[in-house]
Amino acid sequence: MLRLAALLACMAALPAMAEEVVLGLSRDKVAITTNFDGSEILVFGAVKRESPIVDGTLDVIVAISGPSEAIDVRRKERRFGIWINVESVVVDAAPSYYTVATTRPFSEVLTSVEDLRHGVSIPRAIRSVGAPSTVKDAQAYTDAVIRIRKASGAYSVQEGAVTLDEQTLFSTSITLPANLTEGDYATRILLTRGGRVVSEFETVIDVRKVGLERWLYSLSRQQPFWYGIMSLAIAIAAGWGASAAFQFLRRG
Amino acid sequence: MQIYLPIAEVSVNAFLLLGLGGMVGVLSGMFGVGGGFLMTPLLFFIGIPPAVAVATEANQIVASSFSGVLAHLKRKTVDLKMGTVLLIGGLFGAAVGVVLFNYLKALGQVDLLVKLCYVVFLGIIGAMMFFESLRAIRNTKRGKPPQRKKHGWVHKLPFKMRFRTSGLYISAIPPLIVGVCVGVLAAIMGVGGGFIMVPAMIYILGMPTKVVVGTSLFQIIFVTGFTTMLHATTNYTVDIVLAVLLLVGGVIGAQIGARIGVKMPAEQLRILLAIMVLAVCGKLAFDLLVMPSELYSLGGAGGGH
Repeated sequence: MLRLAALLACMAALPAMAEEVVLGLSRDKVAITTNFDGSEILVFGAVKRESPIVDGTLDVIVAISGPSEAIDVRRKERRFGIWINVESVVVDAAPSYYTVATTRPFSEVLTSVEDLRHGVSIPRAIRSVGAPSTVKDAQAYTDAVIRIRKASGAYSVQEGAVTLDEQTLFSTSITLPANLTEGDYATRILLTRGGRVVSEFETVIDVRKVGLERWLYSLSRQQPFWYGIMSLAIAIAAGWGASAAFQFLRRG
Repeated sequence: MQIYLPIAEVSVNAFLLLGLGGMVGVLSGMFGVGGGFLMTPLLFFIGIPPAVAVATEANQIVASSFSGVLAHLKRKTVDLKMGTVLLIGGLFGAAVGVVLFNYLKALGQVDLLVKLCYVVFLGIIGAMMFFESLRAIRNTKRGKPPQRKKHGWVHKLPFKMRFRTSGLYISAIPPLIVGVCVGVLAAIMGVGGGFIMVPAMIYILGMPTKVVVGTSLFQIIFVTGFTTMLHATTNYTVDIVLAVLLLVGGVIGAQIGARIGVKMPAEQLRILLAIMVLAVCGKLAFDLLVMPSELYSLGGAGGGH
């Protein structure tokens, strides 16, 4: 029923889609190799329209989101003189990486109602369904996720980072950090006018381990026993090798 | 030079890891401790996820201990018989410890328990060793002969065995019990247990310090090897790239450490280890007592250490 309603809402919004995004990415695949040190992706494109430009400024929002996973957020409190974890809340889905770039300050390019509908800003991109009723301040846990991830650079809002020329050509560059997790990175481009979304475009950046990284990772999951044996064999060989080398040095 | 770790999924500086491995390796060869109790917190600090740090550290300890044991075997400072007895107890204890660990994890608060375990054991052992070695150093300075070990309850138990390398003729029961206790603690605390094993061998079993180091290393190889396999097959958290980087530094360090250890007087060796143990204990206690700057912490749902 909900889906049907959503579909109807989309159809109702269709006539307004006079402006569409034509997107280009400098790369749609990121290969994590052994010496992977972060990556920069240039997101660029144009606004295609069949009718003349209407009044009001056009804005562009670019949002890149890493794969979502549930995380356990724990809170410390002082008990018996020491700081211990007292409560924990599971935040159902939080992206491992999230960046939003906009043409102007966020509050000007998107109204909060539209934000709620499309889930663009960082707090909206995180989903927390049911905190246990014993937890008083569930929002504080979601805030903590955002605060910690912002501090580590995994989440960021870059206001004014998207350049838009002649209300038609836009571009921005997004830096992906070195400690990237594997997965599909959903890339969304939203065109807004007066705080309302007029067009949305979505694509995927494929982030994958390749070569040695890929091989080791698959081996550790598919053949854990042999992977363990291999780790031990390397450890023993290295231990023996160093011992033999030192003995050789002492004699020589 | 940045290297991306396939299991930990972070990018780290290779030279930093080599250096850390080397430093901890020197300590390992000198004192017969695996170095896990130092390395694991260091790895947390540079951003390796805790579960990966604990598992990979076990693998690295196998390498540095093996390298150390070979160096000690050449000097005939490994009591293989005693090591085997300790090991039998140790493996049994480790199995019990893993069960206990999972039970505590189900209850929650396992993190706190591990930390408290560290603080209590490191504190007691460090203080004991520190004062004992201090007394021994003072006695040798005054020219008093070192006290002969008392024949206490340890010597009245049945199943006596002769341990030639250690120059002991004692019952097999105390080493077995020491092995089990260390195995349990090692599994709970995620370390090789050398820092508990070494003092236990010196003070409870009355083994000579020189033999203790090699024997402890011998026993650690098997316990950590067992732990590595356990982590690799159940949690998939052993990062082989991280392990290689750490162990290249570690094995070289262990060789150097073993040579330094042989040249140093036993009392000084013990007092240094005591100071190190107390320092780690102090740091952990400090973290528990002082208000953290971030009251919230993140962890993967339903897992992790």
